[in-house]
Amino acid sequence: MNAALTFHNLALGYDRHPVVHHLQAEIAEGSLTAVVGPNGAGKSTLLKGVIGTLAPLEGRVAFGSPRREDLAYLPQQSDVDRTFPISVVDLVTMGLWREIGPFGQLGKARRARVDAAIAAVGLIGFEDRPIGSLSGGQMQRVLFARLLLQDASLVLLDEPFTAIDARTMADLIGVIRRWHGEGRTVLVVLHDHETVRAHFPETLLLARELVAHGPTEQVLTADNQFRARQMCEACAGPPHVCGRGAA
Amino acid sequence: MIWDAVFQPFADFGFMRRALLGCIAISVGAAPVGVFLMLRRMSLTGDAMAHAILPGAAIGYLVAGLSLGAMTVGGLIAGMTVALLSGFVARVTTLREDTSLAAFYLISLALGVLIVSTHGSNIDLMHVLFGTVLALDDAALILLCSFASLSVLTLAALLRPLVLECADPQFLRSVSGLSATTHFTFLALVVLNLVGGFHALGTLMAVGIMVLPAATARFWSAGIGGLTVIAVSVAALSSVSGLLLSYHYSLPSGPAIILVAGMAYVASLVLGPSGGLRAQALPRQPIETRTEP
Repeated sequence: MNAALTFHNLALGYDRHPVVHHLQAEIAEGSLTAVVGPNGAGKSTLLKGVIGTLAPLEGRVAFGSPRREDLAYLPQQSDVDRTFPISVVDLVTMGLWREIGPFGQLGKARRARVDAAIAAVGLIGFEDRPIGSLSGGQMQRVLFARLLLQDASLVLLDEPFTAIDARTMADLIGVIRRWHGEGRTVLVVLHDHETVRAHFPETLLLARELVAHGPTEQVLTADNQFRARQMCEACAGPPHVCGRGAA
Repeated sequence: MIWDAVFQPFADFGFMRRALLGCIAISVGAAPVGVFLMLRRMSLTGDAMAHAILPGAAIGYLVAGLSLGAMTVGGLIAGMTVALLSGFVARVTTLREDTSLAAFYLISLALGVLIVSTHGSNIDLMHVLFGTVLALDDAALILLCSFASLSVLTLAALLRPLVLECADPQFLRSVSGLSATTHFTFLALVVLNLVGGFHALGTLMAVGIMVLPAATARFWSAGIGGLTVIAVSVAALSSVSGLLLSYHYSLPSGPAIILVAGMAYVASLVLGPSGGLRAQALPRQPIETRTEP
C-alpha cells in the first residue's frame, strides 16, 4: 500500500513552541483515519501542517500520489461570514473553483453536479436560501456539499461534528464513508470515541507526540488512552518543557 | 413650477449639466464599491483612504499648481502606497490591517496638512477638501467618466473572487492564489473612486457618496444585485437633489449632496423593510413552514 502522507520526524508549533513533535507516521492511500487525542494534543495543528498554513519547525510532510493541491480541508471553525448575502447554491458551487476559476462558465453538466451534491447532503429545497438563515447543522451540510464538489483525493476534516445533532452527523458520516468507498484518503479529527469505533477503520492517537497508530481497536485501548492523557498533562506547563529533551 | 425647480437650472446652465454628469459618473463608479466595503465591514477603510490621498494631491498641486493631471496622479500614488504598505504590514507582521492602515493614513494625512499649510493658501485647501463640482471642465469630466467605467469593468471582472474573498476568505486561499490580488485590486478601486470623487466633491465628501448609498441600500435589499442597483440609484438621486438644493439656496454643493444621501440613510434606517427600525418593531409572519433536515 502506498502512503498518501508521510510524517518524517515532524515538529509543528506556534512562535517556535512545538505543539506536535517527533511525529513519525504514514497515512495509507485510500485509508479512513480518525485523529484522536486530548485537548491540546496537536490534532488541529497537524492538519494545518498538512495543508501548509503552518510550516514545520522540524522534519517534513511528504505527499504521495495526491499532491497538496489535490486536497480539500474543512477547518474546525470555518470563517464563513454568515451575514454575507450569498445563497446555498452559490456557496456550494464554489467547490468547483479549481475547474471554473474566476471566469469559467458553470454550464448544464456542472450545474447538475452541484444539484447532486446538494441532494447528497439532504438540502434539496434550500438552494436559494441565504446562508444566514441556516442552522449550524444545515451550514455544515452546505460545507460538506462544497467538499463533495472539490472532488479531492485527500480530504481533511477538523472536528466536523461539533455542535451537530445526531441525524445530521449520521448523514455526514454517510458522506465520509462514500468518500472512503471511492478510494479517497480521509483524515478526520474527532473527539467521540464511539463514533470512531463505529465508523473509522484506522486511528491515529496523538498527545503532542504519537501514542499509537493502526487499526482502531488496537489503538483505542484503555491503556493507550491513559498514556495519552498523562503525556498531555505532563506537557501542560510551558510547551517547550517536555520529557524528550531539546529537539 | 416643477420645471422651474428641477429642470430649468440644468437647462439654463452648462456648469449644472457638467456637475450632474460628473456626479452621476461618481455615483456609478463609487456606489458599487461602497456596497462591497460595507459587506466586508470596511466602510471606515474608505474614510481612512480618503485621508491618505491628501498629501499626494497636495504634492501634485505643489509641483504643477491646480492641475488635474498632477493632483490625480499624486492622489493615486499616495492612496495606492498607503493601501499596499498597510496590506503588506498586515500580511507579514502581527499587526492587523485596521491598525496598520490607521497608522499609515495618519502619517500621510499629517504630511498632507503640513504641505498644504506651508505652501498653499486656504482657498487651495478648501478646493482639495471640498471639491469644485460646479467648476468641472472637459478634462475633469472625461477623467471622472473614465474612472467610473474602469471601476465598473474591474468590479465585474473581479466579482467572483471578491464575493468569495468576502464570504469565505480561508476557502479562497485554499483553492486559489487570487486572495491577495483580489484584496489589493479592490483597495485600488477604492482609491481610484476616491481620487475621481475628490475633484468634484473633495477628499472627505467623496467617501460619503461611496458609503452612505450602500448603507441606505442595506435597509431595502439583502442581495448583492439589489444592493448595487439601489446604492447607485440613491447616489445619483442624491446628486441631483443636492445640486438643486445648492443652486436654489446657494449652499456648497458637495456637502449638500452628501447631506441628501445622509437623509436617505436616516429615512431608510427608520422605514426600510430589510432590518429597519419599523420592520424590526412589527411582528412578521414566517415566509414558509417546511420540515428542515
